[in-house]
Amino acid sequence: MSATPLLELRGIDKSFGPVQVLRNVALSAYPGEVTALVGDNGAGKSTLVKCISGIHPTDAGEFVFDGRPVSINNPREAAGLGIEVVYQDLALCDNLDIVQNMFLGREKRSGIVLDEPTMEQMAAETLAGLSVRTVKSLRQHVSSLSGGQRQTVAIAKAVLWNSRLVILDEPTAALGVAQTAQVLELVRRLADNGLAVVLISHNMNDVFAVSDRIAALYLGQMVAQVRTTDITHAQVVELITAGRSGGLGLAADTGANGNGAPADSTTGGVS
Amino acid sequence: MSTTAVTQEGPAAVAPPSSIGSHIRDYWRRVRGGDIGALPAVAGLLALCTIFSIMRPSFLTAGNFANLLTQGAAVTLIAMGLVFVLLLGEIDLSAGFASGVCAAVLANVVTVLGYPWYVAVLAAVLTGLVIGTALGFLVAKVGIPSFVVTLAGFLAFQGVVLLLMEEGRNISVRDPVLVAIANNNMSPVLGWALAAFAVAGFAAVQLLRYRKRAARGLINDPLAVVLGRIVMLALVLGIAVYVLNLERSRNVLITSLKGVPIVVPIIAVLLVVWTFVLKRTSYGRHIYAVGGNKEAARRAGINVDRIRISVFMICSTMAAIGGIVAASRANSVDPNTGGSNVLLYAVGAAVIGGTSLFGGKGRVLDAVLGGAVVAVIANGMGLMGYSSGVKYVVTGVVLLLAASVDALSRRRAAATGNR
Repeated sequence: MSATPLLELRGIDKSFGPVQVLRNVALSAYPGEVTALVGDNGAGKSTLVKCISGIHPTDAGEFVFDGRPVSINNPREAAGLGIEVVYQDLALCDNLDIVQNMFLGREKRSGIVLDEPTMEQMAAETLAGLSVRTVKSLRQHVSSLSGGQRQTVAIAKAVLWNSRLVILDEPTAALGVAQTAQVLELVRRLADNGLAVVLISHNMNDVFAVSDRIAALYLGQMVAQVRTTDITHAQVVELITAGRSGGLGLAADTGANGNGAPADSTTGGVS
Repeated sequence: MSTTAVTQEGPAAVAPPSSIGSHIRDYWRRVRGGDIGALPAVAGLLALCTIFSIMRPSFLTAGNFANLLTQGAAVTLIAMGLVFVLLLGEIDLSAGFASGVCAAVLANVVTVLGYPWYVAVLAAVLTGLVIGTALGFLVAKVGIPSFVVTLAGFLAFQGVVLLLMEEGRNISVRDPVLVAIANNNMSPVLGWALAAFAVAGFAAVQLLRYRKRAARGLINDPLAVVLGRIVMLALVLGIAVYVLNLERSRNVLITSLKGVPIVVPIIAVLLVVWTFVLKRTSYGRHIYAVGGNKEAARRAGINVDRIRISVFMICSTMAAIGGIVAASRANSVDPNTGGSNVLLYAVGAAVIGGTSLFGGKGRVLDAVLGGAVVAVIANGMGLMGYSSGVKYVVTGVVLLLAASVDALSRRRAAATGNR
């Protein structure tokens, strides 16, 4: 779609004490596209997300946001740029309703009084903009929502704030089939509305269903970032598990093995 | 928002305007789903009053009604503060003796040192504020569980009261203003005026809210329900003021005793103020958020430690006000002020009223309703001539009952996916 990335990371290094978690990582996220970030457990996905959202400072490397070099030192600065993260464990308060959750920490006020009508209206408009039709009332407690609906609220919360880049950490991990489809549809709609979306997922079906690009991390290194249409299921699995697949990924120690996709891949897809 | 295409039909706009029938059905569904709110407290209050009225006709007299209000006032005030701590899922076991310490400070300043009453009240309230800040700091910043911190406070403050009373002496409080708080009544006219003002204020707030929401096309409670609430409040206040304005003196020639006790509007004002803080300000919203999911609150940029410290400050300050009322009612402060059953009655009041011990659920009104239940039990059992032993046992059973209702409604709510 668009030629210039909204967020571009170059040469990101990050160590926790003696352990180097990210090594010279580059990542681009384009507006209007879903970039899937894949990698095995411990590959550094979560660390990378926390670096982008300002929770962890990086040791080296540069951030380019919207063509300008920026530095992100804390979550507030990330939010200021329009970067929102939807975490795996959702971070919703069960005892509050949908509107209260969406505006938590950033309530609209008139004077010292909460401006409930404005908040309710904005929440309704945001959900309508995402074509969410599944919630009955905006004033129902989040505790009464299904897993998919909660995820929807968490995502809607992220896009409420003129956000431009939304990072989703395993949004479908705990969902059933129908709810997964619902959330993926929502993820696609975010991108179609012009946002840059980074989707972290272990589920190859989800990744191929919804993403435009795939970025694969392997042991802290970005081994490939390619268009989803240019890569196969099996290749992605190889990138995740071995760090290379055919001509993609890390340079092989024993020489490259041609440029075709290896046909002997036994994995038909990771769940 | 600007990044999303805004269409005119949102979930709120699509929803049909609710009728009275659907409103009642909705309420019933919530109750069945475990969101019972103040229902047990109100039902219990009605049942207790009915039983006591039948068994002891003297229970249902204007004199006893006024008595009840002043008896329950101190516990209710402490319970109102405890609601804030309970909302975070914390506990303040020291609130009872904190109120004792503040009462002792009050008595010392006004009687021993001879300062005017307002200086004494200020000193007592400031003492409460300092105690709360210290407790909150230890809980939030040092990281000691609130149960332990306030248990230590419970023991230590008991000692502080003794020290301030110089080993068990009893200091009388004679200042006319202080004594008036729990012992004098407002003139009947003033009582009616305040009641009318309260109803008018409530009506204005409710109707304005209704209009504002209607104008924006948001879901509204049916107008009949809104009006019903206003009429209900007017009825309750009207009956209460009417009864309290009856002559209660046994011999009118010696003294006339009628009017609303002065402590009632004090509780009412604090009830309105704290309810406003909890429901209509972002600070109150953040208290609920921290009580519901601390991690979510932290990620939303809420300063969790500040919220935790502040609720202990509110709790101890309300305990100070409770202590002042207790001192006023007894005309004196002794080492047992705020001691024995005061704390447990206060916790019981909050829980009986519907505040959850697990955090995240509760209202200041709960403390008032629960305080009324506790006061009715103590008063009614006293009239029946039971010993204090029986009173303790019954109050304990009621507290246990309330806590079980809380726990069971949570289980039911979890089963129906409704909290």
